[in-house]
Amino acid sequence: MKLKWTLLTFIFTIATVLTGCEPLLVLDPKGPQAQTTADVIWISIYTMAFIVITVLVLLIIILVKYRASKQDDDYEPPHIEGNPIVEGIIVGIPILIVIFLSIVSVVSTYQVETVPEGYEDQEPLVIYASSSNWKWHFSYPEEDIETVNYVFIPTDRAVEFKLYSHGPITSFWIPQLAGQKYAMADMVTTINLAAESAGEFMGRNANFSGEGFAENTFNVIAMPQDEFDSWVEDIHATADPLTEDVFDELLEPGHLGQLAFTGTHLEFSPAPEGEHGGHNHGSSDDTENSEDDDHDESEHDHH
Amino acid sequence: MEFFERFAIPHPDPMIYASMVAIVLVSIAIVAGLTYFKKWGYLWDEWLTTTDHKRIGIMYLISALIMLFRGGADAVMMRVQLSSPEMEFLNAQHYNEVFTTHGVVMIFFMAMPFVIGLMNYIVPLQIGARDVAFPRLNALSFWLFFAGAMLFNISFVIGGSPDAGWTNYFPLASNEFSQSVGVNYYMWALQISGIGTLMTGINFIVTIFRMRAPGMKLMKMPLFTWSALITNVIIVFAFPVLTVALLMGTFDRQFGTSFFATGNGGMDMYWANLFWVWGHPEVYILILPAFGIYSEIISTFSERNLYGYKSMVASMVLISLLSFFVWVHHFFTMGQGALTNSIFSITTMAIAIPTGIKIFNWLLTMWKGKIRFTVPMLYSVAFIPLFTVGGVTGVMLAMASADYQYHNTMFLVAHFHNTIIPGVVYAMLAGLTYWWPKMFGFILNERIGKWAFWFNVVGFVLAFFPMYITGLDGQARRMYTYSESTGFGPLNMLSFAGAGLMAIAFILIAYNIFYSIKNSPRNVGDDPWNARSLEWATHNPVPEYNFAITPEVNSSQALWDHKKKSHTLFKGKIDKIHMPNNSGIPIIMAGILFVFGFSFVFSIWPAVIIAAIAFFSCMLYSSFENDHGRYISAEEVKETEEKFGGAKK
Repeated sequence: MKLKWTLLTFIFTIATVLTGCEPLLVLDPKGPQAQTTADVIWISIYTMAFIVITVLVLLIIILVKYRASKQDDDYEPPHIEGNPIVEGIIVGIPILIVIFLSIVSVVSTYQVETVPEGYEDQEPLVIYASSSNWKWHFSYPEEDIETVNYVFIPTDRAVEFKLYSHGPITSFWIPQLAGQKYAMADMVTTINLAAESAGEFMGRNANFSGEGFAENTFNVIAMPQDEFDSWVEDIHATADPLTEDVFDELLEPGHLGQLAFTGTHLEFSPAPEGEHGGHNHGSSDDTENSEDDDHDESEHDHH
Repeated sequence: MEFFERFAIPHPDPMIYASMVAIVLVSIAIVAGLTYFKKWGYLWDEWLTTTDHKRIGIMYLISALIMLFRGGADAVMMRVQLSSPEMEFLNAQHYNEVFTTHGVVMIFFMAMPFVIGLMNYIVPLQIGARDVAFPRLNALSFWLFFAGAMLFNISFVIGGSPDAGWTNYFPLASNEFSQSVGVNYYMWALQISGIGTLMTGINFIVTIFRMRAPGMKLMKMPLFTWSALITNVIIVFAFPVLTVALLMGTFDRQFGTSFFATGNGGMDMYWANLFWVWGHPEVYILILPAFGIYSEIISTFSERNLYGYKSMVASMVLISLLSFFVWVHHFFTMGQGALTNSIFSITTMAIAIPTGIKIFNWLLTMWKGKIRFTVPMLYSVAFIPLFTVGGVTGVMLAMASADYQYHNTMFLVAHFHNTIIPGVVYAMLAGLTYWWPKMFGFILNERIGKWAFWFNVVGFVLAFFPMYITGLDGQARRMYTYSESTGFGPLNMLSFAGAGLMAIAFILIAYNIFYSIKNSPRNVGDDPWNARSLEWATHNPVPEYNFAITPEVNSSQALWDHKKKSHTLFKGKIDKIHMPNNSGIPIIMAGILFVFGFSFVFSIWPAVIIAAIAFFSCMLYSSFENDHGRYISAEEVKETEEKFGGAKK
């Protein structure tokens, strides 16, 4: 019995902690994508709480009612094989719940994988976010600047993060703006998001990537478009250009802190997409292929 | 000198040196003790060369318990390190090695042998057989597991532990990013024990299909045997994938191929896919036998037949099929797009349906029953709500869009511990306590057992429920430290306290074994729990031939029918019994594979070649060996039966 009450108390405490005082990062969204995931999480918590409580109540009733100490010594429990109606119910209800949650899951997955609702007409701001042990490099090809371990984004604008890695698999995560996506060395993945309020948000690599993993974090600063534009100008006025030698040094394992440069590394060390992709060996045109090989070799010589 | 340098540990630490000293001292003590008490002969004849499924089962269980403490120590170290912000108990590298070891040890060398150990002991008894179909192969399976476990366990004192997580994702696990021999150890330890598991799978499928007692149709098997059958079918389909993946990983690390290393057309996520194509069915390899154990226990202590036997079997078959179609949910975040994720999201959630059916069937088994709260039953009762929480959080994780937020966080860690501990570990503890009198002829002390139970449950809830919250607050898994400003401190301290209570629980369990060996009454009879299935129809502890006369069966609860419906189990008279001989070949082959694996880890090729030749010579020798087993004469059987308290009717 004690167990049941302890459990109930815990579930209750967790519920209060979840709803009360300081909101948890994931449940405190600052943009439409994270809003969608937070809504889905709440729907699933309510549905699941219903199931857990049902099971718990049934269990408590059965344990109280049918424990041996409450029954006659000569009570002999009946032999019951099963009952089609009862079994129909215990199959039917889980099926209905799963169908409901499947619909929620599919719809929301399509939502968070595309440009956020209401931002479809905008030209998104494209930022390449690439990880190296144990840093994040943010390249703004349009603005022609690059930052390390921090990223500025304009509010109320669609942002498209293009992710890849210079080393192990990492997972790009800004809990208050969107869920995670992997950054890998041989392909580019995409996260679409938007921030709807200004502020500073925690971002990190969530996928274990070796010794410096714990500190593999970055800051996200969201601000109105005009402030963002003046920040870009500021970088152009003050920061040093990013050369290949400097970039190679940046790639060395370590943490570095926050840095800013003009120019991006994409010019001399392109992202693994299109002809630079890790699996680009299926081209039907042989000449094109050999050109690619030449290109790769010449790139290799630079190192 | 250069030759020996490679055996040095890359990241030394006082704790590792202390462990080295402890290992050497304990080894010397064991060797000295065995020599002093002249037990070498006994050990060799009765245990190391045995082909008796019961003794092999017990050796599996002993290994599993030792590994439980090994993996548990790792867990406590992790909880200490995370108990407060900026803790300096372990450094990053050491922490990475500890959580990698914890995962590998708990899954491969604790849960697997625990499950297989109980299957070994109980399944032949439940189907009324004298042994498994291939007794010598069974011994080889055990010794291969043991060789793999030992190979893995010496890694932290010779050459360094693996440090890329138990999932061992490439390219992190490649030579480029993990230069010590640690990951080589991972590859070979799992390879060797994995091949042992594969042989177990084949062995038990044949045993269950071919060696059931007369009258035991498939739908009249006890549920634990059903779960064992399905589990072994999963093993046979899933483990070859691991074998191949490990071999490819070995080639990448030691022979310069690039299956998983990026560049040269290799693909990092290829490893992740292969790993989880094996890894997700593996989860059900662990949980299905647990379901079987709970079914036996709940039915026995409710004094009711199992409700919905047919739907229980059907749902297990369904789970085993679905388990092969869900692996992508381990990396929804790979970027494969909404369509793929939607499909795998639905297949994953579908598993909740058969699992839900089982939960309700257990509840309905207790309904109108007469529930006795023994230690095994307490674990089973705690399992139902706790596993439900683990199951529903699994459904939450299966919703792909939300998983983008849960993935790689403490929420996930809380979820899988929430299924594995109340699911698998409690089942193993419950099963061990339930079948203990079957194995040793006395009951484990119930009072100490109940104390251990409460520490276990309260500790579990304290240790793992807070992780759901820190996960939603952005605490990623596998972080060795965090700053105070994150606010993770208090809840992690709570987890640490819970881990402490669980540690006390397991110490109490170990103490209970010592206490009960000394103090428990030995006259518990052959049916101490008023049980229902066939394994309780013979003596406690079980004579080597299991049943003097092969029983005849007409339902899944043969003993109950015998007790209540005066069904005659043992017709006919005692005759001579055919039994397998002992063999030293399995342990020798495993020893050779240990040398092979160790030499391979350090790329000592001459030793690898010699070990390989020796291994194939053993196989050749076995192939030409003429061993038809032996007979126990009818007189001898009668004598033994008298000694055990009279022949069974």
